[in-house]
Amino acid sequence: MILYFLSMVLLVMGLYCLIAKKNIIKKIIGIVIIEYSINLFLVLVGYRSGGVAPILVKGMQVEELVQKGVDPLPQALVLTSIVIGLGTLALMVALCLRMYEKFKTFDMSKINTLKG
Amino acid sequence: MQTYYPLFTAIPLAAAFLNLLLSKISMKVSDYIAFLVTGILSVMAVRMLFEAPFTYAVGNWRAPFGIMLVSDGLSSLMLVVICVISLLSVIFSTKYMTMYTAKPKYYSLFLLMIAGMNGVVITGDMFNLYVFLEIASIASYALVGFGTGKKELEASFKYLVLGGVASAAVLFGIAFLYAITGTLNMPDLAQQLEVIGMTKTVGFVVALFIMGFGLKASIVPFHAWLPDAHPSAPAPISAMLSGVLIKALGVYTIMRIMFNIFGKNELISAIIMFLGALSMVIGGLLAIGQKDFKRMLAYSSISQMGYVLVAIGLALKPGAELVVASLALIGGLFHLVNHAVFKSLLFLSSGAVEYRTGTRDLEKLGGLMKKMPVTGSACAIGSLSIAGIPPFNGFWSKLIIILALFRGGYWIYGSVGVVVGFITLIYFVMLQKEVLFGKLPDSLSNIREAPFAMVMPLVVLAALCLAMGIGYMAVEGHLLDPAANALLDKVAYMNYLVGG
Repeated sequence: MILYFLSMVLLVMGLYCLIAKKNIIKKIIGIVIIEYSINLFLVLVGYRSGGVAPILVKGMQVEELVQKGVDPLPQALVLTSIVIGLGTLALMVALCLRMYEKFKTFDMSKINTLKG
Repeated sequence: MQTYYPLFTAIPLAAAFLNLLLSKISMKVSDYIAFLVTGILSVMAVRMLFEAPFTYAVGNWRAPFGIMLVSDGLSSLMLVVICVISLLSVIFSTKYMTMYTAKPKYYSLFLLMIAGMNGVVITGDMFNLYVFLEIASIASYALVGFGTGKKELEASFKYLVLGGVASAAVLFGIAFLYAITGTLNMPDLAQQLEVIGMTKTVGFVVALFIMGFGLKASIVPFHAWLPDAHPSAPAPISAMLSGVLIKALGVYTIMRIMFNIFGKNELISAIIMFLGALSMVIGGLLAIGQKDFKRMLAYSSISQMGYVLVAIGLALKPGAELVVASLALIGGLFHLVNHAVFKSLLFLSSGAVEYRTGTRDLEKLGGLMKKMPVTGSACAIGSLSIAGIPPFNGFWSKLIIILALFRGGYWIYGSVGVVVGFITLIYFVMLQKEVLFGKLPDSLSNIREAPFAMVMPLVVLAALCLAMGIGYMAVEGHLLDPAANALLDKVAYMNYLVGG
């Protein structure tokens, strides 16, 4: 339970970082923290204390695997979502570099050509 | 056709990467690849309309273990909208995108976006939906910033940050759903949730989904990115974003999940109706004062999506009579299709105007009807449709939605719909006056009609506006009824699991 709680704390920290910080690099870090907290949560969903890898090795009964094996699906999902997160991160950093070339600043409060 | 169903995502996905390779040999080739791919997809999508509902197990893995694709009335309808509008946008792009550099990269991102949207629409698996949602979103973030000017980059970054939060909310919701039910297959989820009922956790998931998908659909409290992002993109992309993307990623997903997975619910219905009415009013009021052609259209998108959401909300009400629910749903779906047609028409005509005059500022434009008669007439038809003038299609869909609201006993929302209809008329009359009629500024005295590749999509879309208005009965019978039935029949959706 405490682990779930900690992943929520991480989520809230990410949100704070995203909202309160003005530097766009820090905003990007905020988004990454949010993504990772959700990945952590997703891994915890499939966690089982004392679990084994869900592979049927020689000499192991199917029932034993069912009792002890962890759920492999959340791990697969987290892998996918990490890759997606990487794609988003790469795009964010590229945009950030381009913005620095144009505006000569990382401060979001000084980047305000649009009305919103 | 059934065995070819995954090709709706596979073809554009493969073409996106192939395009980049082939464009190393010749820059010309990417125009043809994009045209060919969207053309093939459009033909396939139209053929899908005549298929009975079916499911497709990817890689022959039996559902609920493998990923399942579902084809029913609603996904066929959305596929037609996505593929046809993207075909017309590609034709428009061939000429318009000569204003930018790196055309092959543009087409690759465009095709990726189509792959993502088609994937969202055809999938029957929750996580698969998230993956395709991200593919379409990431491509659209990049496309918004394609001009790499100050405004474009800022808009793109803003969209990216908010879109990232939305995706996180969706993934969080999916994680919760998996924790509760232990499955990701959408029909299976529907069955499990039927047993579990509306617990607090499920309610939290609903809230996360309304936030996540609502941000993609730019419902009002989450709308801040849209008026920046849509005008900053190149015109064909604005047409795709406003015309299709917010519907495929936002409204379609909300409809599919709320109707087919969570089922009808009083609270969800009330929330969606309220947010829809709020979007209608606020989007409409903000559109009035705008001085930028595309910005006004972007605000109007928020307002028009409000109509669709109010209709969806009404149909979600468990106590509503079946007649009212299906009337509201047919009105909402019809307005969704209509909005895709006339909003892409308007954005494309704004692109044609910008291509010839070099500006989108309403104060610098005027009297273009004489100089650009075809573009002008198409733009006028689009404006009349969206403002709800008979016999164009926008009139019928708004009429049906408002009638359904009154029949369902929602006098206030119905009246709001009527008033927002007038507001829409006001700002589109203003738009007409500023752009098409009035005095031609001296600086624009030697402009010509837009080239054929740009005029052709405009004419086709304008003809569609008229045809769908006059041939409403045919549209309803072939497109809207199957889609509305697919949404209202939750049991049929749950039965897809058994290979129905």
